[in-house]
Amino acid sequence: MSRVAHGSRRLLIGVALLYLAVFLLLPFAIVFGEAFAHGVATYVAALTDPAARSAIVLTLTVAAIAVPLNLVFGVAAAWAIARHDFRGKSALVTLIDLPFAVSPVISGLIYVLVFGANGWFGSWLAEHDVRVIFAVPGIVLATIFVTFPFVARELIPLMQLQGRDEEETALSLGASGWQVFRRVTLPNIRWGLLYGVLLCNARAMGEFGAVSVVSGHVRGLTNTMPLHVEILYNEYNPTAAFAVASLLALLALVTLAARAMLEAREPDLRHATRAVQVAQATSP
Amino acid sequence: MAAVLPVATFPARTPRRVLPGFGLSLGYTILYLSLIVLIPLVAIFTKTAELGWDRFVHVISSPRVVAALALSFGTAGVAALFNAFAGLLVAWVLTRYDFPARRLVDALVDLPFALPTAVAGIALTAVYAPNGPLGRLLGALGITVVYTPLGIVAALVFIGLPFVVRMVQPVLEELDREVEEAARTLGAGPRQVFARIVLPAVWPALLTGFALAFARGIGEYGSVIFIAGNMPMRSEIAPLLIVTKLEQYEYASATAIAVVMLVISFVLLLAINALQAWSQRRLSGTAR
Amino acid sequence: MRSAPLVRTLVLLLAAWACASPAVAGQTVTLLNVSYDPTREFYDEFNAAFAADWKRRTGDTVVVNQSHGGSGKQARAIIDGLQADVATLALGYDIDALASIGHLIPADWQKRLPSNSTPYTSTIVFLVRAGNPKGIRDWGDLVKPGVAVITPNPKTSGGARWNYLAAWAWARSQPGGTDATAEAYVKALYAHVPVLDSGARGATMTFVERGLGDVLLAWENEAQLAVRELGVGKFQVVAPSQSILAEPPVTVVDKLADHHGTRKVAEAYLGYLYSPQGQELAARHYFRPRDAAARAKYASQFPEVKLVTIDQAFGGWTKAQAAHFADGGSFDRIYGVR
Repeated sequence: MSRVAHGSRRLLIGVALLYLAVFLLLPFAIVFGEAFAHGVATYVAALTDPAARSAIVLTLTVAAIAVPLNLVFGVAAAWAIARHDFRGKSALVTLIDLPFAVSPVISGLIYVLVFGANGWFGSWLAEHDVRVIFAVPGIVLATIFVTFPFVARELIPLMQLQGRDEEETALSLGASGWQVFRRVTLPNIRWGLLYGVLLCNARAMGEFGAVSVVSGHVRGLTNTMPLHVEILYNEYNPTAAFAVASLLALLALVTLAARAMLEAREPDLRHATRAVQVAQATSP
Repeated sequence: MAAVLPVATFPARTPRRVLPGFGLSLGYTILYLSLIVLIPLVAIFTKTAELGWDRFVHVISSPRVVAALALSFGTAGVAALFNAFAGLLVAWVLTRYDFPARRLVDALVDLPFALPTAVAGIALTAVYAPNGPLGRLLGALGITVVYTPLGIVAALVFIGLPFVVRMVQPVLEELDREVEEAARTLGAGPRQVFARIVLPAVWPALLTGFALAFARGIGEYGSVIFIAGNMPMRSEIAPLLIVTKLEQYEYASATAIAVVMLVISFVLLLAINALQAWSQRRLSGTAR
Repeated sequence: MRSAPLVRTLVLLLAAWACASPAVAGQTVTLLNVSYDPTREFYDEFNAAFAADWKRRTGDTVVVNQSHGGSGKQARAIIDGLQADVATLALGYDIDALASIGHLIPADWQKRLPSNSTPYTSTIVFLVRAGNPKGIRDWGDLVKPGVAVITPNPKTSGGARWNYLAAWAWARSQPGGTDATAEAYVKALYAHVPVLDSGARGATMTFVERGLGDVLLAWENEAQLAVRELGVGKFQVVAPSQSILAEPPVTVVDKLADHHGTRKVAEAYLGYLYSPQGQELAARHYFRPRDAAARAKYASQFPEVKLVTIDQAFGGWTKAQAAHFADGGSFDRIYGVR
């Protein structure tokens, strides 16, 4: 390689790394920098505060409900779309993608319009003392909405890539449909499934805009972690805000690390996931 | 390449349903989709319909709404354009060169996907504020980032960075390097190789990445709200205007803006899918 | 599925961790107080005091949950179904909406409690950086060249509306002042505003943490709190020659409280705001108490400012809202929105 080419290569690498450092790493580093600005004791205190604890529990609870529901949906949708031919398939896929393109503010608003006191079911819900909006069910609904396509979007291309031959063979050998799914499909897609669940979970725990609209912000009851970050920030307590934020940032790191591990294990996944995850993150 | 492209239209063949569970899985898919997404979304349209056509036109053509939509689309466009160039560079460096910690850098590109937007918002504000590390530097040059449209662009650059990289990267990996080298031996300069061989190949992916970053930028709320100035006519984004209208109890006006954003986003989504189908057709001709 | 017992154990552990509060005897009543931004610290302390008092009087335990946010946003949440027993918002207009749009309270709610249903008042003051480097003494100084003013967006923030109207009322009370000169002054003032945060707290954070601007227009209690919490010696409060009597009113949300069966305790809760203890707590959090004794005791922290009321200067909230903050009002005009 000529000296000129060598020089331009270094220049390009340098520019790219500088760019990533400034735009990506700096904001990330500042979260941890600010979180530990007043020492470890303050950091621990911020996380063990009762309001912070209930926010952490609520966030885990919401994710524990939303993620499995989207998991079941994702498997069903992928089975229908990647294993069968039918008319209107691409329209269906675009509709599954729709939540990606909806502003989170709108995602929260739609449930207010449906379940709010003046919404479609408002008076019926009030009569029967069922709380959806400004309670856990509303937060779960908004979270399901914003993470709706993640698992489906992960599985569909993976299953299309793998083809249906194995399943059809198993079927012709006399296996039942359920057996085919359990013994053939599931082992084939398990890493993709796990990866979809990881991303779905990361986003479910981190959602701010949509949840903010339906939460009601009742301290200790309906504040999730991202909302608690905002509240602490507004309570002249930026250190505590960044402390809770650092937990969420840590979750992001763990998600990335887990993905890297999954890809190293399953090279096939890399092809299927790289471009697909782009579509997954289209959600604003 | 089929793996890269989410869903393709299938070659016409007689539908044969060998595998069971079609009715159940499709039925469940449609039911869940309708309950969670479609039916609630209808509420946006029925609420807007309360306005009537004339009021709807009046609301969405008011200068403040037009300014907010222009700002949202404008800043999203600028940020996506910036990311198209920077993303291509990063993808190029990641696929063509080997350097220490390359895999780590590769993994870090996804950071904005996984970082909650509110966390990104307060972190970015802290970085770019006049007393922040980058804000102080830029302030010395007379550039203010926070609370200006520039701040919105900075946030959207952060949010949108991975899109272009992740779209372009697989294409660059697949691109036959022998073709590039052959062109070199035939006397083509590096610039010619890039313009004649590399760029045409990555062009569809680049465009798709741009469109995805753009679509995401339009609706972004959490990270922008902390860093935008929120000044009417100047630095007020469309999602914030929706929230503002709600707080004035003007639900129908709020949903009217939402409808406009929704329709535009949906058109973008269709365009992205069409782009992907197009690039798939092109690539199936070139790669392999 | 093998991991199910593990998951269950984890969930149980988490649940135990979450509700690791001491068990309570007697009846427990829960109230939800939906309030605006700058009252967080006050109600934290007040709720504990009220709970202790209620326990002593009735033997029952009362747990008061708090929700804070921009005043308009909070009113909207109640209208949309947030189960508030009491609302303690930044301005009467937002509580009016509970009556006119939500039909949750009677229209004459403000007559039900003493002093316009406002147990404490506040006013709008200036917070400047230590030593007052820009020499800001009064409203006229805010439009001097090179002065940057921080105030939130009056469309979304109750406090910002008080700021806006205080500025307007001052300009109109100047010699030769009319609505036209007032609008010109306010327009000049907002030309000095580099950022409109959506709430009062956001504006304070912008001024204090992000270091933006030379002067913050703020609730008196918010300004005092900022000095105390964030920067003794870094900031100082400047009282202008004239300001506005800001009355943040309180009410029981009748329909919801009756539904929850909490009216009695909700009324007692608001009543306690008027008690000597409540008044003293309010004063300690830099709200101006109605009670003469508390006011005398804390006189030193409330500078004498000539205060105009919204009824005197603007003919009440409904008129002020329509003239200034509704679409096409004066605020839209100064930003060139027609």
